[in-house]
Amino acid sequence: MNFLRLFSRPQSAPAARERLQVLLAHERASAGDSDLVTKLRDEILRVISKHMQIDDEKVSVKMERGAQVSTLAVDIEIPFDAGKKAA
Amino acid sequence: MGKVIVVTSGKGGVGKTTSSAALGAALAQNGDKVAVVDFDVGLRNLDLIMGAERRVVYDLVNVIKGEAKLTQALIRDKRLETLYLLPASQTRDKDNLTPEGVEKVIAALKNAFDWVICDSPAGIERGATLAMRHADVAIVVTNPEVSSVRDSDRIIGLLDSKTLKAENGEQMEKHLLLTRYDPARAERGDMLKVDDVLEILSIPLLGIIPESMDVLRASNVGSPVTLADDRSAPAIAYFDAARRLKGESLPVTVPGEKRGFFGKIFGRKAA
Ligand SMILES: Nc1ncnc2c1ncn2[C@@H]1O[C@H](COP(=O)(O)OP(=O)(O)O)[C@@H](O)[C@H]1O
Ligand SMILES: [Mg+2]
Repeated sequence: MNFLRLFSRPQSAPAARERLQVLLAHERASAGDSDLVTKLRDEILRVISKHMQIDDEKVSVKMERGAQVSTLAVDIEIPFDAGKKAA
Repeated sequence: MGKVIVVTSGKGGVGKTTSSAALGAALAQNGDKVAVVDFDVGLRNLDLIMGAERRVVYDLVNVIKGEAKLTQALIRDKRLETLYLLPASQTRDKDNLTPEGVEKVIAALKNAFDWVICDSPAGIERGATLAMRHADVAIVVTNPEVSSVRDSDRIIGLLDSKTLKAENGEQMEKHLLLTRYDPARAERGDMLKVDDVLEILSIPLLGIIPESMDVLRASNVGSPVTLADDRSAPAIAYFDAARRLKGESLPVTVPGEKRGFFGKIFGRKAA
C-alpha cells in the first residue's frame, strides 16, 4: 500500500455532495416528465420542423445541467434548399 | 459485429453498475469501442457512476419510442473517446421497454460497437430478463454471501432458459465476477470461500474484485474506478477481468493471498 499516494489524494466526498446537489435540484424541479431545459429542447425542435424537414441525423442536442446555469446547445445542419422542401 | 454482455445478479447492491462502468471503461482504455447501456428504468444510476448525469439529453426509452435517434441519445465519455453511455429513463415506467424496441436498439449498437454492456436492474422481472435477452455473454456478479449466491443461481437458471441463445438451443457463455471480496473477513473465516462459491455455481471465474474505498471514491467523483485510479487494487482486478473477457488466460489472484487460481477453476465447466 502506498501511503504517500493515499494521503496526497484530495477528499472525494465534497465532489459527491456538489454533484448530488446539482442533479437533485434538477430532478426535483422536474416533477412531471420534463424540466425547463427538456421543454425548451422539444419546443425548439418543433419550431424548426415547421420550417424545414428535420433530418434527425443532422441535429445534435447537448445539455449540461449546472448549479447556477444550464446550457442547451442545438446544432442543426440546414441544407441550402431546406425551406423550399418544407413549403 | 460487437459482443453483447449482460451484467446481472438477481440481488441488488452487489456491484453490477460499478462493474459495468469499470469493465466498459477498461475495455475502452484498451482502444475498443464500448457502449454501456443502463436498463434500470426508473432508477438509473449508471450516468452518475460514469459522471455523465448532467449531460443526459435523451434516454433508452426515447430511442425505443422513436423520439430520438440512437446517435443523439448516446453520450460520449469526456475522458475516453471510445466509451459511450446510453442512459435509462428516470421518469418513465418499465412498460416502455418493449422487447421489439430493445431488440432494435441492441442490433444497432452491435453494428457500431465492439462491446455492448447491458447493466441489468436487480430482480428477475421484465427489466432483468430484457437486459439479458440478447446477450452473447453473461457476467454474473456475486458477493461471497449466502443470499447473493442463491440469487445468482436463480439468474443462471434464467440465463439458460429465457435468453435468445437458450431458446435457440445454444449455450450461454457465463462468467462469475466475485465482487466486494473482503480479505480480512475471509481470513477470519467469516466469508464464503472462493472455492465454495465456484463449486456451488460452477461457472468459470472472470475475476475477484476486492472490497475497497477506491470504489467509493470513484463513485463520489463520477468516474469508473479504472479511470479514477488505475493503480488501485479494484482497478487492477477489473483490468484483468477485461483481458480475460477478451480471451486471455490470466491466473486469478485471490485478494490477500499469494495463491493464484488457474487451470483448476477454468477447467471446471458448467454442467
Ligand atoms: N468492490 C467494492 N468495494 C466497495 N464498495 C463497492 C464495491 N463494489 C460495489 N460497491 C458499492 O456497493 C454499492 C452497490 O453497488 P452497485 O454497483 O450500485 O450495485 P448494483 O448495481 O448491483 O445494485 C455501491 O455503494 C458501491 O459503491
Ligand atoms: Mg445497478
